[in-house]
Amino acid sequence: MRFEQVFQYFLAGLTEGAIFAIVAIGFNIIYNTTGIINFAQGEFLVLGGMIAVSLSAFLPLALAVALAVAATIVVGALVDLLFIRWLASPSVLRLVVITIGISILLREGMLHLWDEKVRALRPFTGSEISSVRILGARISPQALWALGISAVIVVALSLFFRLTLIGRAMRATAANRTAARLCGINTRWMVTLSFMLSAGIGALAGCAISPLTQTQYDMGASLAIKGFTVAILGGLGNSMAAVAAGLALGLVEVFSVSLLPLAYKDAVSLTVLLIILFFRPSGLFGRAEVQRLKEF
Amino acid sequence: MAGRRFLPLAAVALAVAALQLALSAAGAVYYLTQLTMSAYYSLVVLGLCLLMGYAGQISLGQAGFFAIGGYTSAVLTTVNLHGLSGTPAVQALARLGVLVERRDLYDHVLLSFAPWVGLAAALVLTALVALLIGLPVIRLSGHYLAMATLGFGLIVLRLILATPLLGQADGISGVPPLPLAALRVTGGLARRVENYYISWALVLIGLALAINLVHSRVGRALRSLHGGEEAAGAMGVDTARLKLATFVLSAVFAGVAGVFLTHYNGGIGPSEAASMKSVRYVAVVAVGGMDNLWGALAAGALLNFISLRGYLGSYDDAFFAGILIAVMLFFPEGLLKARLGGRRAGRAAGSG
Repeated sequence: MRFEQVFQYFLAGLTEGAIFAIVAIGFNIIYNTTGIINFAQGEFLVLGGMIAVSLSAFLPLALAVALAVAATIVVGALVDLLFIRWLASPSVLRLVVITIGISILLREGMLHLWDEKVRALRPFTGSEISSVRILGARISPQALWALGISAVIVVALSLFFRLTLIGRAMRATAANRTAARLCGINTRWMVTLSFMLSAGIGALAGCAISPLTQTQYDMGASLAIKGFTVAILGGLGNSMAAVAAGLALGLVEVFSVSLLPLAYKDAVSLTVLLIILFFRPSGLFGRAEVQRLKEF
Repeated sequence: MAGRRFLPLAAVALAVAALQLALSAAGAVYYLTQLTMSAYYSLVVLGLCLLMGYAGQISLGQAGFFAIGGYTSAVLTTVNLHGLSGTPAVQALARLGVLVERRDLYDHVLLSFAPWVGLAAALVLTALVALLIGLPVIRLSGHYLAMATLGFGLIVLRLILATPLLGQADGISGVPPLPLAALRVTGGLARRVENYYISWALVLIGLALAINLVHSRVGRALRSLHGGEEAAGAMGVDTARLKLATFVLSAVFAGVAGVFLTHYNGGIGPSEAASMKSVRYVAVVAVGGMDNLWGALAAGALLNFISLRGYLGSYDDAFFAGILIAVMLFFPEGLLKARLGGRRAGRAAGSG
């Protein structure tokens, strides 16, 4: 392979990996405050993309994306208020099954509200065929948007959790819910907030990748499982490690295409998931002993 | 004691026969087709019920095992070796008696593996894959187990969609009937009643096996495992081995169902491996009440029948997701709580 070719694959891998990382961070935010893996995380991306595509038909793109994110945040809040909040000490199995049910309801809801057609948001800048030249490789400006938005999300979240009062309250809830409540933190709303935050960043990421990978009502499961792979790879709950893990998985997947038929691409990342689960369930960067310590 | 335990089995057998007589008398035999299919799906549900309700392990990959069974049989019984019949390998196979010749619609000669070979190979392969997957997977619990089994199911689906030998998106058709002595597992209308009984006989066998297991020493050990794994381990129960054995057994149930339904339908498609199918099996077990084989059977037969008749239209998947959520929110111990056999002190269903 020539350098330009390798670099081309590298950029594509980074873009995919950045999105996986955002999905993984969505998992982590909810996992940290509730101990739940929200199987419907992938649907938040698809929902955001779908709403934005529909709204962009008659609204400016930026406004359509903003409204799509807002609408998905509302859905995220509803998921918690309707299905999660009022359960008294539910078992993990119960929560797993409930969020799987929610993911299917959202998927089927989208199928009936829209249809099974593949849609795409128009690129944020330029057109479908424009490209930027970097070190001999060509990359769509939209890929740069996706990378940039992912980076902004990561930095913004990091600042939010460290500097703002609400962010700190969420961290306190994650660390010890009872202690947080004793300090006067409304932990129930922190959980709702974590669902809203996950839904919001999911929707934003969904809009950013829509021009690249397109949006279809049933894409959520495959996004979710890759995001989960990344979350596990980085150690559940650890978002900074998730970024590194996301980029790694994106690269593995993209380079696998150069060795195996494209159709096996998903099977490759799923196999990575199984291998990690078998050998290092606490993640590449995590250690079993410190798993209790949750940090965003 | 043992007699009384199996009394309900006889009752189910009677109900099955009565239903057939009533439907035939009413001239509504077409219902038997969906009842036959739901019997096979119920077999998957029974296996999953053992795993979820008694061993306390969730599996979101049962459709994968179903597909492995069905596809193995479908490939072996439809692959045409006629063009290779001169080669020593094929001649050796022919001498072993594992090949059969038949003619298709256009009178082409097809030389494929005999259906019993397909069945045997499917069972061995399903058990083997379950063992290989189960060895590492069963050590996991909660989210990890759910995602790992979901991932396994998705891998099976992706491989089917990507492999030309497995028919990719088209699936495999033209699967011949499966002969069982004088009986034939096939969708032919002339054999509709016969197949109805074959399918439900298979379910009853599966049920008898499951009941036996639940009431045996192994069953008690399994239940102790569900109640508290550490405690069970401390009492000398080999938790890892038991869980693995149940995992393999539930996979074999799914594999058998896959083989029979594939022969009944005359083919199999990738939708059988879809993760939604796996979720659906979990939903049915949840409705039945996790550790309630009878509930699982009743829910499996009823819900699959409703779905197969097409009463739910395009809201099929949404319906199953809806009942899954509703049951888990409001009745985590299952809708059908009537327990036949044994009282159980308040244990929470579905911890794990």
